Amino acid sequence: MADITMPKLSDTMTEGTLVKWKKKVGDKVESGEVIAEVETDKATMEMESFDEGILTEIYVQEGQKVEIGQRIARIGDASSPAPKTATPAAPSTQSPAAPAATPATPAAPSTQTTPVPASSPAAPAPGPAATKPADGARVKASPLAKKVAASKGIDLSAIVGSGPGGRILEKDVMASTATVSVAKPAAAPVYAAAPMVAPVAAPSRTAAGVAPALADRRVPLTGMRKAIADRLLISKTQIPHFYLHVEVDAGPLMKIRAEINQAAGEGGNKISVNDLILKATIAAIAKNPKTNASFDGDAIAEYERINLAVAVAVDEGLVTPVIRDARLRSLTDISLTVKDLAARARTKKLKPEEYQGGTFTVSNLGSYGIDQFDAIINPPQSVILSVGRVMKQPVVTEAGELAVGERLNLGVSCDHRVVDGAIGAAFLASLKSLIENPVTMLV
Amino acid sequence: MHYDLLVIGGGPAGYVGGIRAAQLGKKVGCVEMDRAGGTCLNWGCIPTKSLLKNAELYHTMSQRAAEYGLKFDKLTYDWEKIIGRSRTVAGKLAGGVEFLFKKNKIDYLRGEASFKDGRKVIVKAADGSTQEHTGDKILIATGTVSRQLPDFAFDGKTIIGSKAAMTLPKQPESIIILGAGAIGVEFAYFFNAFGTKVTLIEMLPRILPVEDEEVSALLERSYSKSGIKVLTGAKVVEQKLTKKGVQVTLEGKDGKPGESIEGEVLLVAIGVSPVIPPGLKLDLDRGFIKTDAHYQTNVLNVFAAGDIIGPPWLAHVASWEAIQAVEGMFAGHTPKKIEIFPGCTYCQPQVASIGLTERAAKEKGLKYKVGKFPFSASGKALAVGDSEGFVKLIFREPHGEILGAHIIGNEATELIAEMGLAITLEATHEEIEATIHAHPTLSEAIHEANGAAYGLAIHI
Repeated sequence: MADITMPKLSDTMTEGTLVKWKKKVGDKVESGEVIAEVETDKATMEMESFDEGILTEIYVQEGQKVEIGQRIARIGDASSPAPKTATPAAPSTQSPAAPAATPATPAAPSTQTTPVPASSPAAPAPGPAATKPADGARVKASPLAKKVAASKGIDLSAIVGSGPGGRILEKDVMASTATVSVAKPAAAPVYAAAPMVAPVAAPSRTAAGVAPALADRRVPLTGMRKAIADRLLISKTQIPHFYLHVEVDAGPLMKIRAEINQAAGEGGNKISVNDLILKATIAAIAKNPKTNASFDGDAIAEYERINLAVAVAVDEGLVTPVIRDARLRSLTDISLTVKDLAARARTKKLKPEEYQGGTFTVSNLGSYGIDQFDAIINPPQSVILSVGRVMKQPVVTEAGELAVGERLNLGVSCDHRVVDGAIGAAFLASLKSLIENPVTMLV
Repeated sequence: MHYDLLVIGGGPAGYVGGIRAAQLGKKVGCVEMDRAGGTCLNWGCIPTKSLLKNAELYHTMSQRAAEYGLKFDKLTYDWEKIIGRSRTVAGKLAGGVEFLFKKNKIDYLRGEASFKDGRKVIVKAADGSTQEHTGDKILIATGTVSRQLPDFAFDGKTIIGSKAAMTLPKQPESIIILGAGAIGVEFAYFFNAFGTKVTLIEMLPRILPVEDEEVSALLERSYSKSGIKVLTGAKVVEQKLTKKGVQVTLEGKDGKPGESIEGEVLLVAIGVSPVIPPGLKLDLDRGFIKTDAHYQTNVLNVFAAGDIIGPPWLAHVASWEAIQAVEGMFAGHTPKKIEIFPGCTYCQPQVASIGLTERAAKEKGLKYKVGKFPFSASGKALAVGDSEGFVKLIFREPHGEILGAHIIGNEATELIAEMGLAITLEATHEEIEATIHAHPTLSEAIHEANGAAYGLAIHI
């Protein structure tokens, strides 16, 4: 007998939309079997059951949004009864202004004492047992499961165990990282402490001055839009951004790209301008490691490995899949990895670990015809690179003559708490030099 | 008669599965052609442990009496009584199982079973009469018998299997044991202790090939020291009956016949063959019945558990499987298949293990750490005079859970249970370190081996 609750499927997820039930009431459910599809702020994911038995109750209809931890279904023996409603019904006899649950709070000045009828419930009716134990309650987990969870920054109380008596075993923790309830990337647990992820007081999403009455329709936020709204509002309002730009001669880059692609021949992997810029960016980060860091309250968290996030536009918004350990990768590897990640981002097939744990982001709007722009920092990272289009324009050659050249505008947005102007400038100078002498990035 | 569950075979899988079904309120019949308790109770685990106790006692008295300050004018033994004690113990326990059938209202159907179809079973009694029974569900738990050499069948006297080996009416002067798995190794100890000249032949490079290499090596040294002739990496190319008994020839260099060994008796301990009840077309894998995740065969509602579904051929695994299968049928429980199980060999020094050997851990590419502690540094082991052997624990990095535990020494088979519990509970080295092990006990060696892996052992 177990309640199935909405799992935390990504580190920014606060609620999920139940897209589709794969099982119906009365169906037999095996441990590890997919029971539903859930849309989060990042992707649509399959949700597996950690229990086995009969699906006795479904509390949430398809299309409904559910907060993390809220009960969505119940699994048990066919014979055992299940509560019918998801949340305890509010006691209807009470005055709406006086919630029954607050007897301990001093009441607002009141002109008369309100006698409490003996029959009136003083507290909400006992709700259905939640899987997540109350604070301080003992989570039954094996010592190994606890260690693995700690090393991955996973909250054990969100996991349902498969061991005797619901005890959480290592495989349950591993399963939660593979499919559901993903918390922090193992490589950089410091993210957990990054202030941007969990601000003390998140600013309201409601924009001031807009009269909702004028709107012709209200489109409910998808999980992804909500995440973008929350994170970028926090980023732009709480991170002291500053911006730098540099113009780069893209001629050598275009030339080497043509050469590489010609050598690759028909059917070979074609290298894009962006692939070369990514390769150059990785090299520039390696030369300026202070750009690969996060502001972490009372310290700067520096990363050895470069996990390069790449902004990819998808139907509902954008995703930033991550090229892991980018420093170790060849140009072809980067090119193929980005193609694969972008394709799967568009079909919502990315696994959580594929879009989490980035340490530096690149956003390229060149293909949209944008000359230059300033991207908003993707917290908890400190720098984002904004890449414009390659433009043909008149240039003055070294010989002092006018000619047609190819120019590219690169910008960085930096978190001034971590990266000072000089560091940002040094980074851009490195990047410019790499792009203008592309052979140096390939060695 | 119609049953909710009809079990074929009354061994550790059959009788345990039957009792569990009865506990779940099901009407159960159990067919058995010999005696309840199966090989384990009648011809395996139990009677051999009885014989090995005799052997151990006699070995201590005859070889080590002076060490303990004991003196005998004339120490003798009565072979018939040694065999007799073993049979009495087996008989008593078989009677116990038959009582359990009664207590759980299980029909005990004596005879040989064959399938008429997937629901009907014909039981042919010893007197030739037949009865037909049906079951909503049928559990095949018919187990195995000793495997024979092709064209060299058991004759019960000179060429024997383990069953005959434990009831030989007269002690042989010499015995050749083919196969150094648990059965071969145990009989080698037994016969050698009473002075039979023993040759132990193993085709693989070491005795007890499934155990950790260090364990095999120590046991081989111990056996050689006690006078057993151990031949490993030895392939028998020819065997024939002689006047004296039997002669086997080993493969020599370049594939030519090499050394020949003669003995009064040849014990063939090269594995087991399945006993499949006739009448159904069952899918097999290397002769053993294939089952799905629910222990169901390819025939609907016909299940199988125990030795008959393949290795490991161990009584405790068989019972566990039968309970999994039966709870799957009647308790809505999703059965699990065997993963981690202890294995024990009851020679002296005893061998017990659970989980991965060091070689297996290496081959799987796992990062691991080894902790070892010799019984020669254990106070209890020295006090009782059995300081041979060691505890070897293998921990996975970085969290320190136990991948495998390997114990060779006195009471190793009793010590392994702690490691089984540790693995099931996913304990790591820290929990074992934090557990007080009573002093003086052999179990302290586990604590010390655990500590040794992390530089915390006190006594080495």
